[in-house]
Amino acid sequence: MSNLQSIENVNVNIDGIDILVPKGTNIIEAAAQANIEIPHYCYHPKLSISGNCRMCLVEMGMAMKDRTTGQSIFEDDGTQKVAWIPRPAIACGTQASAGMYIKTKSELAKSCQEGVMEFLLINHPLDCPICDQAGECRLQEFATDYGRGYSRFVENKNVKPKRTILGPRVVLDDERCILCSRCVRFCQEVIKDDVLGFVDRGSYSTLTSYPGKQLDNNYSLNTVDICPVGALTDSDFRFKMRVWFLKRTKSICTESSVGVNTEVWSREGEIYRITPRRNDEVNDTWMADSGRDIYKQVTADNRLRKAKSNGVSIAFDEAHIRFTEIFPMGKTAYVGSSHMSVEEQFIFKKLIQENPGPIFWVNNKGEGDGLLISSDRSPNLRGAFITGLINELPKDNLDGLLELMNSGEIQNIVVYHQDITQYGISPALLKRHNVLYLGTHFNKTSDVARVAIPTLTVFEKSGTFINQQFRLQKFAQAVPGPVGLMPDINTLTRLISILRKESEIASSLPLIWSEMNMQIDQFKGLSFESLPDSGVLLDASAFDKINFPEVQSLHFKPNSAILAK
Amino acid sequence: MATEERRMILEHIDQPGYDNSIDCYIKHGGYEVLKKAILRKPEELCQEVVNSQLRGRGGAGFSAGMKWGFLDRKSGKPVYLICNADESEPGTFKDRQIIYKDPHQLIEGMMITAYATQTKLAFIYIRGEMYDGARILEHAVEEARAKGFIGENICGSSYSCDIIIYRGAGAYICGEETGLIESLEGKRPYPRIKPPYFPAILGLYQSPTVVNNVETLCHVKFIAEMGGAEFAKIGTPNNTGTRVWCVSGDVQKPGYYEFPCGAITLGQLIYEVCGGLNPGRTLKAVIPGGSSAKVLRAGERYQGKLKDGTEFDWTLDDIPLDFDSVSACGSMSGSGAVIVMDDSRDMVQVLGNINSFYAHESCGQCTPCREGSLWMKKITARMADGDAREQDADLLLSIAKQIEGRTICAFGEACAWPTMSFVSKFKEEFSEKAAQQKSTQHPLV
Amino acid sequence: MNLSNKSLEKIEKLIPRFPLKQSAALPILHIVQEEKGYISKEDIQWIAEKLDMQPINVYGLVTFYPMLREEPIGKRHIKVCRTLSCALQGSYALCKKLQEELNCPLNETSEDGNYTIEFVECLASCGTAPVVQVDQVLHENISVEKASEFAQQIRKETEINIK
Repeated sequence: MSNLQSIENVNVNIDGIDILVPKGTNIIEAAAQANIEIPHYCYHPKLSISGNCRMCLVEMGMAMKDRTTGQSIFEDDGTQKVAWIPRPAIACGTQASAGMYIKTKSELAKSCQEGVMEFLLINHPLDCPICDQAGECRLQEFATDYGRGYSRFVENKNVKPKRTILGPRVVLDDERCILCSRCVRFCQEVIKDDVLGFVDRGSYSTLTSYPGKQLDNNYSLNTVDICPVGALTDSDFRFKMRVWFLKRTKSICTESSVGVNTEVWSREGEIYRITPRRNDEVNDTWMADSGRDIYKQVTADNRLRKAKSNGVSIAFDEAHIRFTEIFPMGKTAYVGSSHMSVEEQFIFKKLIQENPGPIFWVNNKGEGDGLLISSDRSPNLRGAFITGLINELPKDNLDGLLELMNSGEIQNIVVYHQDITQYGISPALLKRHNVLYLGTHFNKTSDVARVAIPTLTVFEKSGTFINQQFRLQKFAQAVPGPVGLMPDINTLTRLISILRKESEIASSLPLIWSEMNMQIDQFKGLSFESLPDSGVLLDASAFDKINFPEVQSLHFKPNSAILAK
Repeated sequence: MATEERRMILEHIDQPGYDNSIDCYIKHGGYEVLKKAILRKPEELCQEVVNSQLRGRGGAGFSAGMKWGFLDRKSGKPVYLICNADESEPGTFKDRQIIYKDPHQLIEGMMITAYATQTKLAFIYIRGEMYDGARILEHAVEEARAKGFIGENICGSSYSCDIIIYRGAGAYICGEETGLIESLEGKRPYPRIKPPYFPAILGLYQSPTVVNNVETLCHVKFIAEMGGAEFAKIGTPNNTGTRVWCVSGDVQKPGYYEFPCGAITLGQLIYEVCGGLNPGRTLKAVIPGGSSAKVLRAGERYQGKLKDGTEFDWTLDDIPLDFDSVSACGSMSGSGAVIVMDDSRDMVQVLGNINSFYAHESCGQCTPCREGSLWMKKITARMADGDAREQDADLLLSIAKQIEGRTICAFGEACAWPTMSFVSKFKEEFSEKAAQQKSTQHPLV
Repeated sequence: MNLSNKSLEKIEKLIPRFPLKQSAALPILHIVQEEKGYISKEDIQWIAEKLDMQPINVYGLVTFYPMLREEPIGKRHIKVCRTLSCALQGSYALCKKLQEELNCPLNETSEDGNYTIEFVECLASCGTAPVVQVDQVLHENISVEKASEFAQQIRKETEINIK
């Protein structure tokens, strides 16, 4: 045993393999470290231990030691003698301690697994052909790997309510429910909205919500994620697609500066659903329901797919040229966006340098919920700080810009992604200026733009965001963007090339990073490829004095030094 | 061995002229032991119980002294005492007699226990169906409180402790100590996983708790009175004191009888004390300790070594009635409920009735018991209905083996053992069921 | 919440006795059912609010315990024990006879609204099997032979009380 700070490590032997883990680690996690799978249903790393599915039963023993001397007792062949306990123990409820021996594949363990598997299947309906969970169903997976393979049940199965609308986004099928209680514990412990529970008893126990009360919390879909079977299902995804056809892409939720890690599921360029991706530093295994809906933006009616000039569709090339014609003619103000990726913000800064002018930024204020939605409803405000576009918090309105517009000091406004008519600038006033718009959707600003160039949503490009923790996280492209549209970094680079009358050099993320590496202190030594999935915490000391608006959420505490003031 | 009862617990039960008022109890020397016990050190009393080798009378037979010794005294949390009066084990009806006819005996035993364990608050969890019993206990508690035996400054000492009567509502699983605790906390009575929720460490309201059976708590008074060593002289080593045996089923004189442990044999109980079987009948099977205990078949022979090394070779009639002897014969004395069945009984129907009970009472928390108990019930019901298949007997055994040892609480064993013992000991009856009726073979099996 | 003042007083006195409020849930459910005959959804919500619990958790209690019911029953509640010792002494036959005598189907209320007959599990009086609990009173040694007489007795009592 060695002492690692204040955590004691102990040696546990699982299936003959010695594993060193912190004392108290539960055996499922310890085994996972050695790539040994212990099948389980009710255990979840972010919820309390329930111990009721009994699937993780393993054979346990303790190293035999002489009672008086404390010395190990050995077998004839020199191996440690182990006192095996005849009664199996649940791995999730067993904590690693020195001298512990575990067998997950012994006769006893196998018999437990086959037994529990059989019991789970006897009242389970034959719904696989119509059940959304097929392909990611733990009952299917463990039945294949740990089950007996045939049924001995010839009685009548229990009948329970099916297709109950539990809430606006969740459908419940009680026959499929294996009563693992993960959803109940989630609602009690994580979102503190205790709305689910069991009624009746024994084999007739049924999961339900109180009659009249709905599971309508903004985190209700997490119960669907953690449900190991198809009892709780997403009504939006219902019957839409078999999961084995879907491609999984790692992404970041753009709903707020929490930067929830997500997974985008798509097939042939169409997104079917979003699920959370585990990141113990940011969002654990959860995400908000509202964040999942964001993929619908991609195919929204007001999606900007073609470049426009004064409302008329034009080719992208032409739009670029018109942009670069208008751009140098007159003083230009800039309104950037916290929805831009770090790379885009970096290039945007370079564009601004071609025709320097005042830079305005709006805040995307919203109500934080203390969990996974912060009060800053944009994913990358801090990217703007780090890339040097801004050095103080954005205001609630664009009074500064309004003043400049009214005084006639500026002629052009480059607006990235924002609808500035929402921040105090009237469309009429806008019309009297040259608005050069880059964004994903139509809005009142783009309607009056001289040139409107479409950009890509987060699902259609790769890049990085910096979240409220100043954690740099990357996201990957899941689906292709509108036909013919270049990635935004290339669009911006192209505009700059045209302005400089240079031959175009196509940009790429590695290229941009090699530049950012050298120019931005906090990025020294980082490269896009080597960024780990869990993100990298940046040195935020340069921004210590800034009173960022976010309050406490799941893994975030605001800067206490500032709060103390 | 004499077949005369030694009525310590049952001394005043059914005694002419005795009622359940405190005045009657005091007239017969009641509460004198409490008055003396409260002047002693609590640790002393605990030691007496350890010395007495008193074992729980609720069904598990665990050493009471050891259980009290496990109490976590370092956490600073209050200690709770719960009297398990949720008598639900089929065949058991001894606690009912104490509650209805001599409740102050229980209260005195409880208060001595409370003082010994330095309990802050005590509860009596009683069967919801025992309306009168709850009223009798409420009244008895008020009488005792009025005389200073419960509540503030008991018997003039600095020790205070109250008793709350808590009624159950028809769930057998509330007899399981952690199920009881969950029920007392106002939740669905799902037993807790142990580790870590040992009642002595994390019990009621996550505080150290002692849960003891009614009869066990009554014995504490006698131990405090005569001393642990004296008490240990009654009965046999490690099987000390008297026990109340409840006999029901096919005997002439069913009822409750109290004997020192090991003082009589099963045969003596059935044939001498209970007047034997009904005319013309022979013994077929006996369940010695409540329906959870494994059945004993008439004509079986039990051979082996007891814990102290002595060899034994018994027929069913020879088995001494205590804890260890019955265990040595492959069953358990459980709650002391002896159910006798004669040769007129169909074992498949009997098991069907037992399985139906367990399927109904399963709380449903853990997979093996929840699904297995109902499955076994469905199979035995189908067999009793005349639709048995050849493989059903072995299937029942296999299912029971998949439940035993795999569950959160002992209910798993309780529902598995009857099936395991009935099917294996009366194998021919179960196998023949298939041949008897035209069974419809299921096409997939 | 239309509970009698007496019950409301009982409830108010009861809650502070417990270290944690939620413990009072089961006793309060008993008080409500004993006065009203059953527990309605309004009662469940009232109890939940009173004890800072969620209604689903009170509802979970009502559906778990066989003694608690959500529907009213007949004037007399007849519960026949069906567990082993009583079954051995003929409680199933006894129950059938009572159903016939009182014109009441099993697990239902008779048409005249007077009786509800149910099976229950072991009532802990196996030595005097078969046993039947009628409302709050336990009746012992009710063999099949005594069924008619017993049913008569119940009918007489019920009719006297109705008058």
